[in-house]
Amino acid sequence: MAEEQRFRSACGAPIALRRRQHSASCRELAVRGPRLQLRSLSAATSAVWLAAYGLFALSENSVVLSAAIFISLIGLIIYLHFVKIDQESLLVIGSLGIQVTSSYASGKESTTFIEMGQVKDVVINEAIHMQKVIYYLCILLQDPEDPQGVSEVVPLFQSSKPRLDCLIEVYKSCQEILEQRKTAPQSSGIK
Amino acid sequence: MVLKVFFPSCCSSADSGILIGRWLSEQSSAVVLAVVHFPFIPVQVKQYLGEVQHLTKVSLSVLGSWSNSKQEKEEGLSEFLEDLGTIFSHEPWIQISKEGDSKFWSCSTLQKHSSSPKEEEVILVYYDQRKVMLSHLHPPLDTGDGRAEDASKLSAIFDTVARSRVLFMTDRYDEGPIKLTHWQSEGVEASIIVELLKQTSVPACMLLTFLLSLVSGICRSRVLKFWPLSFLWSKLSTCEQLGHRLQHLQVISSNKKAQTQTQLMRKANIFVSLLIDVALGILLMSWLYRKNRIGHLADTLIPVADHVAEELQDLLQWLMGAPAGLKMNRALDQVLGRFFLYHIHLWISYIHLMSPFIEMILWYVGLSACLGLTVALCILSDIIALLTFHIYCFYVYGARLYCLKIYGLSSLWRLFRGKKWNVLRQRVDSCSYDLDQLFIGTLLFTILLFLLPTTALYYLVFTLLRLLVVIVQGLIHLLVDLIDSLPLYSLILRLCRSYRLAAGVKFRVLEQQDGKPLRLLMQINPLSYGAVVQTYRLPTYSCYPKDSWASLCKKLFLGELIYPWKHKGEKQD
Repeated sequence: MAEEQRFRSACGAPIALRRRQHSASCRELAVRGPRLQLRSLSAATSAVWLAAYGLFALSENSVVLSAAIFISLIGLIIYLHFVKIDQESLLVIGSLGIQVTSSYASGKESTTFIEMGQVKDVVINEAIHMQKVIYYLCILLQDPEDPQGVSEVVPLFQSSKPRLDCLIEVYKSCQEILEQRKTAPQSSGIK
Repeated sequence: MVLKVFFPSCCSSADSGILIGRWLSEQSSAVVLAVVHFPFIPVQVKQYLGEVQHLTKVSLSVLGSWSNSKQEKEEGLSEFLEDLGTIFSHEPWIQISKEGDSKFWSCSTLQKHSSSPKEEEVILVYYDQRKVMLSHLHPPLDTGDGRAEDASKLSAIFDTVARSRVLFMTDRYDEGPIKLTHWQSEGVEASIIVELLKQTSVPACMLLTFLLSLVSGICRSRVLKFWPLSFLWSKLSTCEQLGHRLQHLQVISSNKKAQTQTQLMRKANIFVSLLIDVALGILLMSWLYRKNRIGHLADTLIPVADHVAEELQDLLQWLMGAPAGLKMNRALDQVLGRFFLYHIHLWISYIHLMSPFIEMILWYVGLSACLGLTVALCILSDIIALLTFHIYCFYVYGARLYCLKIYGLSSLWRLFRGKKWNVLRQRVDSCSYDLDQLFIGTLLFTILLFLLPTTALYYLVFTLLRLLVVIVQGLIHLLVDLIDSLPLYSLILRLCRSYRLAAGVKFRVLEQQDGKPLRLLMQINPLSYGAVVQTYRLPTYSCYPKDSWASLCKKLFLGELIYPWKHKGEKQD
């Protein structure tokens, strides 16, 4: 079952949260940011090419034009493949772990899987980002030596930066699954 | 706890039988390694499992039953499978059944001694057996071997599959009592090329070891240890590079098999790096020796050296005049200028003396490029050092003069203020001087002070020239180090067989159906290229830079000689 809700990011851009429950202990939460607009793409390309034409008119060297085309192509490819994140998703599988995926506009997906044994908790933290105070969701990793300590903080949804209302929904879904591991009785077989 | 069953995707279409694998009770997960088909004798199965367990040190057992019925469910079969649970007593007894071509399997467990009879959730995780077996997990933290219980759960699964290689050696063409299905059951994979290479590698290694022992014996002989020669060897970077490569060859040709994955990758990286190096070197050599380029190079060398000397002479004439409008002390200026000019004149004469032999020397030296591109680059760096030797000499003269002047000035300045440096206590103490001491000291101080700008200017100019040469040499050495330390084999492996180097796993949720267990696909998440380079970098022999920026500036100011690129193992000055 999938449901989609509309929210706003910290900068005001519209984002969508999609929740899917695959089974009693497995949930997927995906936050989709705004897609690449044709407007901004054509504006950037025209600006670069106008500048190149201006330089060509001054210097009478056609290398400037080919360099401008080359730069705009390479720049677009780099932007789509390394910078523009379309969707960030969180897959919580109780008793296995939490998987964090970022999908880029070119189709590339970068995934990290954190085992449940390493996860201490999922919390909402505050941070000072530029001139704002924003909320962000993060996973606290367990310190192997110190049971009370936290070894690492993994922030989630860093490029879409949802606001508190969206984060609360995600937090509630995650906590429902994380609580199961605390209340589950140790009924593993004896062999 | 939720029960996790790791099922190999190659067994999805296998006939009915029983599942064998490993049960990890602390994680409540079952790793299925193979399916044993009917008919079988339980005693033989247990015996076989015992043998495999003895070889692999992995605790294998019969985990449950697998039924793949093409037609409708047979009632008798399910009871038979349950009865099997009593023969192979295993807690919990897992029963997986697949109907026809349906994607959704049903999985149930039988618990005889459980305290709570509630139905626990089952997660079915498919994994590619061959990839998981060949893959090597790279954990971010390297915990010791004593923390096996804290080791990640995934590494236990990877470990199980990797160590059960012996189990995968029996295929269906073997005449045995047990019929298995696993990833290699259709026929064991082998490659003729790999077998041939293995056969030829042993005599090749022995030959290489013998040759290397000869070469290192010659290198260590007493003849080459006499003082002028040993000093020369230590200064030339070509000898360092050759020694480094010799070490690499010794690592490859050693008879011991690599014990760990890291050692194996290191050997492979060294081998591929040497191969590419030699190939590039031979390419360079063929390019150089075609169309008599060596001759052209030798012909342009002398005019270039002449040109450099002329430029230096012009520079000195400029310094002897009024450089940048500054007024120099005429006498000292002339002395220093004439001294350096005479030096250049001597240098030019030597170069012209050597000019008939240059082409021959260059021709023979160029042949050594077949030892590798790195050796050719080191030779280039050494040639640059030899050609700019006069700049180095000038720098040393200027630096020593300036250093003397600075120390003299600081000591006389202390005298001027009535203080003295106490060598015993390593501090500045006050001291009462006699009148004549003060008089002479002040006089000398004034002389040195007014001569300072001239010396400082000469020192500045020659230091800049020397730094320029050092930067050029440094860039060449940087390139040599890059070629030396880049783990090419690991990078190619990451490109072509990315599942071999795993940073972790990723799960994909497959189609679900209500009432059936959760289906996940486990795939290998490969290591990023940056992490590959960082993990498998080959160690190099140089360390950069020796001094921090602050200490470098201090040394420049005081006039101490600087050696920014120091090699490891060299005695400190």
